[in-house]
Amino acid sequence: MTPVRRKRLTYVLLLLAGVGASVFFATQAMKENIMFFYSPTQVEAGESPAGARFRLGGLVQTGSVVREEGSIEVRFVLTDTKAEIPVSFSGILPDLFREGQGIVAHGRLRADGVFMADEVLAKHDENYMSPEVVEALKAAGHDPTKGNPEEYGRQ
Amino acid sequence: MASRFWTWLHKKGSPPVFYDMADRWAPWLGWLSLIAIAVGLFGGLVLAPTDYQQGDSYRIIYIHVPSAWMSMFVYMFMASMAAVGIVWRLKIADAMALTAAPIGAMFTAVALTSGAIWGKPTWGTYWVWDARLTSELILLFLYLGYIALYNAIEDERTAARAAGILALVGVVNIPIIHFSVEWWHSLHQGPIEINLTEKSSLQPSMLWPLLTTMAGFQMLFFWALLRRTQTLVLTKEIAAKWVKRLMESKA
Repeated sequence: MTPVRRKRLTYVLLLLAGVGASVFFATQAMKENIMFFYSPTQVEAGESPAGARFRLGGLVQTGSVVREEGSIEVRFVLTDTKAEIPVSFSGILPDLFREGQGIVAHGRLRADGVFMADEVLAKHDENYMSPEVVEALKAAGHDPTKGNPEEYGRQ
Repeated sequence: MASRFWTWLHKKGSPPVFYDMADRWAPWLGWLSLIAIAVGLFGGLVLAPTDYQQGDSYRIIYIHVPSAWMSMFVYMFMASMAAVGIVWRLKIADAMALTAAPIGAMFTAVALTSGAIWGKPTWGTYWVWDARLTSELILLFLYLGYIALYNAIEDERTAARAAGILALVGVVNIPIIHFSVEWWHSLHQGPIEINLTEKSSLQPSMLWPLLTTMAGFQMLFFWALLRRTQTLVLTKEIAAKWVKRLMESKA
């Protein structure tokens, strides 16, 4: 390699390293803002913004869904298996809403610890399979319809 | 040895030699990509079973995943070509970086729109500002910025160098897109895991059509790249003798 090309190549590599390092430190510093939602553990530890709207993500706990008679209000518990936050929501739930499903709720935390959601989105996982495969896996003692709690506990 | 490689590369990169080579390769790539995409889409849209919770709407992955994958692949290809152009001043590399950009922008636009169309019935919203979606949108703007900067500068060598530096700066976004769903909480699901021996995220009857369309999109890119670069080379060398000979032989 001629010296002039070696010099240009060094500049290119320095540019990549410099930009990479600054973006790394910038994203580290803005981590809380890049995180799309808070986990139940974080909310329980008081890390979520008090008195402001924020998003809460977790799995809908099995057996926790209660629908109010005569209204569209629905109550359920979001969990990351370490902490549990009760959620109340009046509105239309996404089609994928069910027990064990990953959910991201947007709203405020009331003083009594209930999360008052005004928007609920379904967080789908990356697994796709036919109903037959689901039945086969369930019969083998592994329920694939339960979301992965690890996706809700990033630090 | 090394010098012989560079002589070979410069010879292959010379306009008439490149044009001939592209003419031989392009039809193969074009037809093979058409077949692969047709077979893959038939497998994905007709043969593959429905998903246990999404029903048929999951089938958009046969367009979405290949486009999203290509949006990142084309960017890395474009940035590598720009780097080769900057360091070794190989003109054909600059030409290929320039012709790859609109193709990459198109794949990015398809990935963003197909994702939004899928997001409404699945998540309950077309768009959220989570890390994955936002970084993919930035990728689209990087492509558009690269094209705009290249065209804004009159002198061709300066244009290639300036736009090339922008392309290199944007490389940092690629690992961010890829790992965004692992580093941070996001609404977008994690990456599909593809294992040929163990269990994948998709069962085999859903997986093979996806791999087939991905291969098809890959060849579609190289087909479009060769054809676009041929056109660019012809326009630039319009006064050269070899172009004249070529036109006469085709007439």
